Amino acid sequence: MSIVTDPAGETGYADHPPRMGFFTDTTVCIGCKACEVACKEWNAIPEDGLALTGMSYDNTVGLGASTWRHVAFIEQRRTIGVHDDADVLAMAEQATPGDGDGFRWLMASDVCKHCTHAACLDVCPTGALFRTEFGTVVVQEDICNGCGYCIPACPYGVIDQRKDDGRAWKCTMCYDRLGEGMEPACAKACPTDSIQFGRLDELRERAQHRVTQLHDSGIADARLYGADPGDGVGGDGAFFLLLDEPEVYGFPPDPVVTTKDLPAMWRHVATAAGALAACAAAAFLGALKGR
Amino acid sequence: MVDIKRRRRGGEQPVVPEPEFTSYYGRPVLNAPVWRSPDIPGYLFLGGLAGASSLLGAGAQLTGRQRMATVAKTGALGAVTLSLGALVRDLGRPARFLNMLRVFKPSSPMNIGSWLLSAYGPLAGAAAASAVTGKLPKAGAAATAGAALVGPAVASYTAALLSDTAVPAWHEGYRELPYVFVGSGAAAAGGLGLLAAPAGESGPARNLAALGTALELVAFTRMERRLGMVAEPYRSGTPGLLVRAGEVLSLAGLAGASLGRLSPVLNGLSGAALIASSALTKWGVFAAGKASAADPKYTILPQRQRLQARAGEQ
Repeated sequence: MSIVTDPAGETGYADHPPRMGFFTDTTVCIGCKACEVACKEWNAIPEDGLALTGMSYDNTVGLGASTWRHVAFIEQRRTIGVHDDADVLAMAEQATPGDGDGFRWLMASDVCKHCTHAACLDVCPTGALFRTEFGTVVVQEDICNGCGYCIPACPYGVIDQRKDDGRAWKCTMCYDRLGEGMEPACAKACPTDSIQFGRLDELRERAQHRVTQLHDSGIADARLYGADPGDGVGGDGAFFLLLDEPEVYGFPPDPVVTTKDLPAMWRHVATAAGALAACAAAAFLGALKGR
Repeated sequence: MVDIKRRRRGGEQPVVPEPEFTSYYGRPVLNAPVWRSPDIPGYLFLGGLAGASSLLGAGAQLTGRQRMATVAKTGALGAVTLSLGALVRDLGRPARFLNMLRVFKPSSPMNIGSWLLSAYGPLAGAAAASAVTGKLPKAGAAATAGAALVGPAVASYTAALLSDTAVPAWHEGYRELPYVFVGSGAAAAGGLGLLAAPAGESGPARNLAALGTALELVAFTRMERRLGMVAEPYRSGTPGLLVRAGEVLSLAGLAGASLGRLSPVLNGLSGAALIASSALTKWGVFAAGKASAADPKYTILPQRQRLQARAGEQ
């Protein structure tokens, strides 16, 4: 697949603003979920369940029709030199920040990736999903007929159907705010600038700089996810700086847009259709001598 | 956390231990397909039955098997009507079905399928109407030919519809699923011919069912071999049960059909078994895809292996 740097231009926008995106630096995420709240408030998203998962501080669980930002929470335990009967209160009093006891929390605010090669957009049979002038991917709610095709097409598990409404919903990167020159609600609300919004080319540069900085300070695990325009989805419009393998955060390690194989699929469909016609012809020819 | 161990086929021992992988609390990476049963598997099954029946109807007309032709043509019309109905019923907004036709979009198999069905439906309808009433025979013959031309595409495009997703068992099977689907459709159409047409005209239906079943079984076996661990859902749990029941029924139907030349009852039973086997295959494939999307290992492990292979090349 050739490398696409300007999805809006490829779509046919002659004169369009630069491609905008999110860079989510998870190393400074504090798991406050202000992004989740701001997103819900601005976009008037209905309630998405108030149950406790019991698995971690993450009760949002994952992205969906009524969850366009999701803060993942990972508690990693490594071999720690303490026993079960240790006095945790005494330990807490003595503990110094970053004393490297092999225990850490990872937090990451997940969002629609606004892929360069977006499977949801490709498979949408009505054209309800479209590419905006900012290079983002948005659902037109007045067109969507709720066929649900985009949902299993997304390699990240982002878009979903709102049951009581029937239509598919996902992050619009606050298309309405972008048109007014404002930043998306989640980025605006983020107190640590873990969520950074801006021109994608600038964000990629900044992210690369940040990774180098982290590597220099001894954090060898730091890596970018979704920043490579040569990856299976042509690079994400929303990419991440992670401290562990992508699947730890619930991301697919090597997503590929399903429509990459569609030409081959159509070829097999055509051959199979021919095979069916040949079977029928053979069935009648075979019955000739029996008559 | 979800239990990541799967039940295996009775007696079969794992040769290699379950590969290890990490995930986010065992949660699926993908959002589950919202397509419902019986709507979508029914739509897949009926589309195959309709498309292949149109071929049977055209052949029967060409070779002067009038009653077989009428059975196949009315069967095709009934199947495509129900199939389209199931597709519309599954929409979140059924009233907006026609939005499918506001664009022409080859990157969306569902869009192409909607166009195919809009061309095929009226042709199948005209062919059946002319066959039943005996009116306008020339127009009926033209519609019959048209339906036979579009029919194979109607029977096969649904494979691309499933494969053009991130669902591991559906996507990875894209090379073989179209053959599984047309084979299954041929078996169903042959079964309908055996069930409803007079025994004296049922030769081609029997042959079609035999060829279709062979194609389906060969393609399915090849798919499972090629897919490796991603093929597990096709063999385990409820989806595996559906697929296996489909295979058993299709072989039983074929055996009955070859023995049943002189017994209309056995012929009819064999036909019904073949139709049921086709439905079971489609239900099994549908359910296997859902199972593969629900377990993160089918998404993560193959991608991990791909990354490792790529790192090894460098």
